[in-house]
Amino acid sequence: MHEHRRAIEAVFREEYGLVLAGLVRYTGDLQLAEDSLQDATIAALGSWDDGIPDNPAAWLTTTARRKAIDRVRRAKTLDLKYQTIGHLDAGDPDPEPVYSIEDDRLRLIFTCCHPAIRPDARVALTLRTVAGLTTPEIARAFLVPEPTMAQRIVRAKRKIRDAGIPYEVPAPADLPERLDGVLAVIYLVFNEGYSATSGAEHVRTSLTSEAIRLATTLNEILPSQPEVLGLLALMELHAARTGARTDVEGVPVLLPDQDRSLWDHDQINRAVATLDRAVQLQSPGQYQIQAAIAALHAKAPSSEHTDWTQIADLYQSLYRYVPTDVVRLNRAVAVAMSGRTEDGLTMVDEIDTLDRYPYFHTTRGALLADVDKVAEAIAAYEVALTLIESDAERRFVEKRLTQLRSP
Amino acid sequence: MQYALLIYEDESAAPAPNSPEAEQIFQRYWSFTEDISKEGVNKGGEALHPVAAATTVRVVDGEVELTDGPFAETKEQLGGFYLVEATDLDHAVSIAARIPAAETGSVEVRPVWDFSSEQG
Repeated sequence: MHEHRRAIEAVFREEYGLVLAGLVRYTGDLQLAEDSLQDATIAALGSWDDGIPDNPAAWLTTTARRKAIDRVRRAKTLDLKYQTIGHLDAGDPDPEPVYSIEDDRLRLIFTCCHPAIRPDARVALTLRTVAGLTTPEIARAFLVPEPTMAQRIVRAKRKIRDAGIPYEVPAPADLPERLDGVLAVIYLVFNEGYSATSGAEHVRTSLTSEAIRLATTLNEILPSQPEVLGLLALMELHAARTGARTDVEGVPVLLPDQDRSLWDHDQINRAVATLDRAVQLQSPGQYQIQAAIAALHAKAPSSEHTDWTQIADLYQSLYRYVPTDVVRLNRAVAVAMSGRTEDGLTMVDEIDTLDRYPYFHTTRGALLADVDKVAEAIAAYEVALTLIESDAERRFVEKRLTQLRSP
Repeated sequence: MQYALLIYEDESAAPAPNSPEAEQIFQRYWSFTEDISKEGVNKGGEALHPVAAATTVRVVDGEVELTDGPFAETKEQLGGFYLVEATDLDHAVSIAARIPAAETGSVEVRPVWDFSSEQG
């Protein structure tokens, strides 16, 4: 029985985004669609005891549509207003779908990532409606109290309704820019899980797989978009290194020191193939460049045998798309690693906006130590220590300091 | 649905009246207004005098209190508005982006409350 209930819940999770997307088109109202789907899942818990139907998505869709009509009828008498009653065709509860399921999902993704919604709410809404995570799960993943997250999602849904944010795939002229916005949301979800800047890491790593799932879905419904492929490759290349990124005590292990046999080489090969498909489309972008950098790391047998010169060049290309000092910092590191340590150090010292960024100081510390400026290296690591928030990273810097102080 | 497009600009940066620059801006507004009227989305709108001409009214304990000046001193001031009929926010934003002030100041897009749909 318990196992059966778990199987049902797995089906809910799997089908949620797909069924919801269709219901949003049917009702024209995200809140009504969610409420009706909630009603349908409760009904399913009662009637699926004898077995899960062959097509659970169709069962949930049909039931939720009936529940939506019930809700609108009741809402009218309760003087609640769903502005979109006209959308519902009560006489024909199961019309032939005019649009494909893929269209519906794509529309919903673009709605949730609309630039008129606050960025943190875009992320939350996408995880809730497209990925099917529950509000408590999202709250835990982002280390936010549950009522705060619930409020954030409610406000975003209200904004969609009241401001008239459309359930539409943007016009071709707007598509590249709006797609950038969607990719930014997905990458934010990934990084939130991947970098886990503070506590509760085990919950947050699930965000990395959710982000890869979202990008995979996006690639299925909007194929041959070079930057979608690029982002997918980039995230898979990062994820492939997960097993080697921390030691047994949870202390981060830097790339040069990682045990490369712990990397998932199947995943790396898959990601490189994805990146190759993107590059063939001949329309470069920031995610493809970042994926190319990650691929050079992933395919190198060791840090010494990495093509650092090409990586430095790629960072220079990346700077055209992402003109930030963090990119300059990474380029400086690549230059230093290519054998030009002094040049790299000079480039690091030319950056004057990253004083509050702990990795700026740990990078300086590492390069200074490489050229035997031990006292300056210690000073840099000490500054980093005052800025670091994660316990694991703090332990890492303390370890480095101990090594430098007792040569 | 209807949207108010509220035009905010720094009044102190505005060109002198009757200057060639002012004439050029006026021409741009004139042709924008003509365009959106032809598109059938223009439902009204007005240009406002500078906030120096504004009077703010409050009723405190039954007494009408007047303050010389705008509701709030801000860097940019409400200088005028359009009322447009748009299919959705994306449409409204695309109209707002064509207002000359969108380049020099900012345009706030606010959905207009539709009380008629509330009666059911």
